[in-house]
Amino acid sequence: MTSEGAPAAREIAVIAFAQTDHRRSTEESSEVEMLMPVLHEVLAQTGLRAADIGFTCSGSSDYLAGRAFSFTLALDGVGAWPPISESHVEMDGAWALYEAWTKLLTGDADTALVYSYGKSSPGSVRDVLTRQLDPYYVAPLWPDSIALAALQAQALIDAGHTDEPALAAVGARNRADATANPHAQLKGRLPHGDYVVRPLRTGDCPPVGDGAAAVILAAGERARELCERPAWIRGIDHRIEAHALGVRDLADSPSTRLAAQKAGAFERPVDMAELHAPFTAQEVILRRALRLGDDVRVNPSGGALAANPVMAAGLVRIGEAAARIHRGDSGRALAHATSGPCLQQNLVAVLEGDPR
Amino acid sequence: MPEVLQAPLVVEFPFTRSLGPVQSAFLTGLRERVVLGVKTGDGRTLVPPVEYDPVTAEEIRDLVEVAPTGTVTTWAWNHEPRRGQPLGTPFAWVLVRFDGADTALLHALDAPGPDAVRTGMRVRIRWAEERTGAITDIACFEPYDGEPGQPGGHPGEFEDPLTGIVAPARLDYTYSPGRAQTAYIQALSAQRTVGERCPSCRKVYVPPRGACPTCGVATAEQVEVGPRGTVTTFCIVNIKARNLDIEVPYVYAHIALDGADLALHARIGGIPYDQVRMGLRVEPVWTEGARYPDHYRPTGEPDADYETYKELL
Ligand SMILES: [Zn+2]
Repeated sequence: MTSEGAPAAREIAVIAFAQTDHRRSTEESSEVEMLMPVLHEVLAQTGLRAADIGFTCSGSSDYLAGRAFSFTLALDGVGAWPPISESHVEMDGAWALYEAWTKLLTGDADTALVYSYGKSSPGSVRDVLTRQLDPYYVAPLWPDSIALAALQAQALIDAGHTDEPALAAVGARNRADATANPHAQLKGRLPHGDYVVRPLRTGDCPPVGDGAAAVILAAGERARELCERPAWIRGIDHRIEAHALGVRDLADSPSTRLAAQKAGAFERPVDMAELHAPFTAQEVILRRALRLGDDVRVNPSGGALAANPVMAAGLVRIGEAAARIHRGDSGRALAHATSGPCLQQNLVAVLEGDPR
Repeated sequence: MPEVLQAPLVVEFPFTRSLGPVQSAFLTGLRERVVLGVKTGDGRTLVPPVEYDPVTAEEIRDLVEVAPTGTVTTWAWNHEPRRGQPLGTPFAWVLVRFDGADTALLHALDAPGPDAVRTGMRVRIRWAEERTGAITDIACFEPYDGEPGQPGGHPGEFEDPLTGIVAPARLDYTYSPGRAQTAYIQALSAQRTVGERCPSCRKVYVPPRGACPTCGVATAEQVEVGPRGTVTTFCIVNIKARNLDIEVPYVYAHIALDGADLALHARIGGIPYDQVRMGLRVEPVWTEGARYPDHYRPTGEPDADYETYKELL
């Protein structure tokens, strides 16, 4: 980030995090009704009011909502009058956080509110996600999200990096850890289940659900004023791979590895990691790409296998990692978010608390 | 709380997409039962072909024919085919590397069961009977244990090349408007209009969406507004919309219902279009069985004073 002679970059931290209880359906609420309590909670944690926030950035998807410009209605929950500085990404909120981070780096703002939400319940998320695929060669075949993840899992099994019992154990560990997470949707002991698309069984797949998350970022001294133990973003980077699935080695995630390297993840070991792995095989791939040993606590929240609100699950990973630093449970944490089929796009953030 | 409303919502869109030279050649080739790849600078052959080298980002358009036979590089057994997928019977999703290619193409493999599929198995194309120049011109792959096919050396030039495709999509939703809008719609069915008051700024929003966009807080207190209101601004519509049975010109207006702090919009009737004015007092006209007012008409009251609605413009 910094080069000789250049002024040091501003220190930026995640200072607050809130999320909904993730549930199969929230049909009684509109998006803004679902989102608003989370916005209020994250503001209350810092004592900030909406009018105090320097920059607001959100992530969501019109295809989930089935409506154009759906994010504009969610803005009602922010209080956008008098006018605010605001932006939106049609992606997981982790990428909205990246945009907010760059905004704070420029010095244009000292605080940022980042939120994202997704309601999968109105539609079929397996079908909805086919619309993000190459429209010429792939989307006309309607390969759903589980089918593509299953191809990736088989590639991993063929490469000798895992097998079905090992995948079952990944699912079981995540859901067992989720029992300590009051927001998780699927928790406790679950059978590995029947095949959905072989080799993936129900236990290898994330729950379908609705949810929202929000974080607040602050720069430098402002972060220390507002938070007892800020989760400093030491590095953050995101990378993408070729969109054609048949060009990629699906058993590996070079974009995750590169993003981690650019974010400084390999400079010193982390003590925990929140990985956005909606499918069990993807956790195996990510652990390898990130060189995470068995001594690193992975997904104490239960991860996306316990709650996968599409468009918010990546931001939740950053929030969960930051919250552990806020509580003093972690000194240096890695957070990862993914988007697109088979881990096509990956974001890695390294978070640290002040030395104690 | 009354039951939240739900309704089916179908989103359908036929995207019309243009093709560059490489995609055009590939899809036209499928129509003619020819499989084309594209060569990269380092000599690899990409199938399906792309216009830019995924490694160097160089533009590439050196087309080369590959065989219609190939090898499965990974697979997944799909025992419950979904709408739009290539086969209606259980099948395997496969990535297939054609003989002569260095990358793989995603498609379906028709096989009797998962035990008949493995990585490394040999397959060939089963062509669709009617081909239009689309990825679905490959009906699917089928197991094949013969010799590798021989590419014909096609240069990738066609007499009647495709220049575009139509990519239809359909997604089905069950739309639910949430608590606040459900209450609004249910009240409308009794020919009443309800808004919600912000607990902070006291403004009454109609239709309510459950939040005050100024304060960013939940609105909950229901307030009945109208039925009468004031025209705050309007426009004269001179072009007939398709499927709309209203004579032009007509007036479309913002109407501040009595007691509301936000104007609704609706058509004005019962008065010549050129006599509609700001401040005109109006009331809703319901037609039999309708779920919302057909239009608003003058009440005959004196016009509202500008001061009473200037904040609502
Ligand atoms: Zn208000």
